[in-house]
Amino acid sequence: MSAPAPTSQASGGRPPAHAGATRSRLSIIGVLGELLMLAGILLGLFVLWQLFYTDIQGERAQREVVESLDWVDPAVDDVVQGISAGESTGPETIPDDLKYTDIDPPAMDYPGFTETFATMMVPRWGEDYVKPVSEGVTRADVLDPLGIGHYPDTALPGEIGNFAVSGHRTTYGKPFNAVADLQVGDSLIVQTEDAWFVYHVESWEIVKPTQVEVIAPTPNQPGVAPTERSITLTTCHPMFSAAERWIVHGTFDYWAPTGHGVPEELLEVPA
Amino acid sequence: MISTWIWNALPGPALVRVLILLVAIAAVVFTLFEYVFPWVSEALNVQETTVEES
Repeated sequence: MSAPAPTSQASGGRPPAHAGATRSRLSIIGVLGELLMLAGILLGLFVLWQLFYTDIQGERAQREVVESLDWVDPAVDDVVQGISAGESTGPETIPDDLKYTDIDPPAMDYPGFTETFATMMVPRWGEDYVKPVSEGVTRADVLDPLGIGHYPDTALPGEIGNFAVSGHRTTYGKPFNAVADLQVGDSLIVQTEDAWFVYHVESWEIVKPTQVEVIAPTPNQPGVAPTERSITLTTCHPMFSAAERWIVHGTFDYWAPTGHGVPEELLEVPA
Repeated sequence: MISTWIWNALPGPALVRVLILLVAIAAVVFTLFEYVFPWVSEALNVQETTVEES
């Protein structure tokens, strides 16, 4: 804007009721006030973003990831889309002679970083609970956009060792939101392209964020060669805090090849 | 006042200024949500869920 314009505006004919010194003093306070208001708006926006936006976005992104996997059992897709498992005959369940407890599951290639290689179902968290499990536990690449992350170099599903995964308890689609509702014996079901893996909750504990022994091959006994096929879930505790971690340990029931129905545990929604 | 200064610096009639402001605010919010806030959230370290060596 050219220089003369404001001057002509200022001498616009009105009596100088609030001109000169009063005006410039007011504007210093005014600018300060405006900056404080801006800071307040930014903080408010951040809270809205963290609590709601990341959650809605994460939930949608994780559902899309599950839908994009072509090996997810069709019965699970039905359950996700709200077709009740109780209707008519329900999906076929895996016959007992296909449940293996002592032999190794089919070998799978170790997944690349951020690759989604499994889905996880927890009937306690609702019959429509199906979340993707991807490789890696960094926030920007895996936990924020993809949901549940698998600790690198821990066991793969069904392997001897500890299949250790982590997920948000609040925000970003909050896959482990209801971790405190889990009870001993609750099923933790994992599906990969080739097999189903059924674990059940054995115990839980609250630890310091540096207690990495909870994800050791033999949980809480680092250095001890594993003999069991374990699963461990880690998430934050208390909610909305990073002071501690909530850890859930589970033990292995059986694995079964895909294509012969779903595990009966999937249809048993606990009361 | 910053708001007055911005308003006067914008060209055109009031309606055009309002539209420009809305577009500018949308762009700022988008940048905050997609780039600035994710970075701040990670730097604040209050949403960590993993166990790791300190």
